[in-house]
Amino acid sequence: MTPLDFVISLALISVAAGVLGSLIGLGGGVVIVPVLTLLYHVDIRLAIGASIVSVIATSSGAAAAYVRERMTNLRAGMFLEIATTTGAVSGAYLTTLLPTRFLFVFFGLVLAYSSFVTFRRRHVAQPLTVSNDRLANYFNLHGSYYDYAEKREISYKVVGTKAGLGLMYVAGLVSALLGIGSGALKVPAMDSAMHLPMKVSSATSNFMIGVTAAASAGVYFIRGQIDPIIAAPVAAGVLLGATLGARVLGRVTSRTVRLVFVIVLVIISLEMLQKGIFP
Amino acid sequence: MTDLNKPTGYSHVHSSSEPGPSGIGRPGYHRRELSPEEAAVMEEKIRKVELAISMVLRIGVVVSVLVIASGLGLMFFHHSDYLPIRGSFSYRELTSQSTPFPHTFADLGKSISHGEGQGIVVLGVLILILTPILRVAVGVLSFLYEEDIPMALVTLFVLVVLIGSFFLAGV
Repeated sequence: MTPLDFVISLALISVAAGVLGSLIGLGGGVVIVPVLTLLYHVDIRLAIGASIVSVIATSSGAAAAYVRERMTNLRAGMFLEIATTTGAVSGAYLTTLLPTRFLFVFFGLVLAYSSFVTFRRRHVAQPLTVSNDRLANYFNLHGSYYDYAEKREISYKVVGTKAGLGLMYVAGLVSALLGIGSGALKVPAMDSAMHLPMKVSSATSNFMIGVTAAASAGVYFIRGQIDPIIAAPVAAGVLLGATLGARVLGRVTSRTVRLVFVIVLVIISLEMLQKGIFP
Repeated sequence: MTDLNKPTGYSHVHSSSEPGPSGIGRPGYHRRELSPEEAAVMEEKIRKVELAISMVLRIGVVVSVLVIASGLGLMFFHHSDYLPIRGSFSYRELTSQSTPFPHTFADLGKSISHGEGQGIVVLGVLILILTPILRVAVGVLSFLYEEDIPMALVTLFVLVVLIGSFFLAGV
């Protein structure tokens, strides 16, 4: 395969990664890392560098559209970023200390648990109308959005901000360690612990993953993990895909988003466990 | 996590006369109920903030895509051996761990001044990396504009950690 074939094929895959990543709030990394390592046999460290780029591309590409549609809870997102960025900075320094196999097993287990927790909440359709969470009330993290699938304004209250902050710290840590997976923890944290509607969780996660990834991107650049020939098609493809995916999210139901999210998470967790246990 | 997840059924009312069960350390600050006119003004302000953030993102994204695309074009222009669809030159030579590409700001400057595609792609990627940081910076200003001091401080903290992470990376 020549460099031209590589760039074109990777750009096309990246468009798909951007659509999927922005729809479920995971970022393009969930597709990019396995594609680069399994299909193109690229070194895992370079794949993680490309994934960080794809995560930022998904976030910035999609968030521009989401924020306008008011689906992103900007306040909750910013508030939770306190924990995530701190986690990301600490994680970026642990990545060279931990063996890859351990990372795969650890990440696989984290994702398996996330998918289970998210699937369990599939029948919960109604958002909360009251909240006695002091932090959420103080910072006024509650919100509302217009749901195009249900054709009505949906307002919701936020609870469990302390649990949310704890999970977000871990999400930042995992994101920096593996280049992906911050959304995989962020969406369940907002959905299960904080009771945000699924579409809001996905959109807000999308908003946040870019900020979290930016906190560790500098480290990856200096360490030489951002290879231009990989980063260029990934960035361009994912940006295009994410813009398309952002439009899709408005039209589909929360239940669909949840199910797609769970399926993707189960696949990735099995894949990661396999790599860690039977390399 | 258990008690936080259970709403106890009474609705939390913000009013200036109510000090709050155990206000978080700053009794002086409270959010009072807004009158309909004030709420409308607030709504309009929040809308402007959202549009401003959205605009920052779009500009950052478009600029980075243009820079990355032109860098990629230059890479292929300077290296005609990259181009054939069928050929002996494998992409593996560009994606191995020993592949040289700029990964310090000094290298990057040198690479760009020599008009190398690689350097320009990396520059575009760095612009893309900066968009979320710029977004947070705009967030600080916009929360100040909304006169929401707690959220402005929260956002400022995130910004400081983000910028700090870049300096830490250089150490």
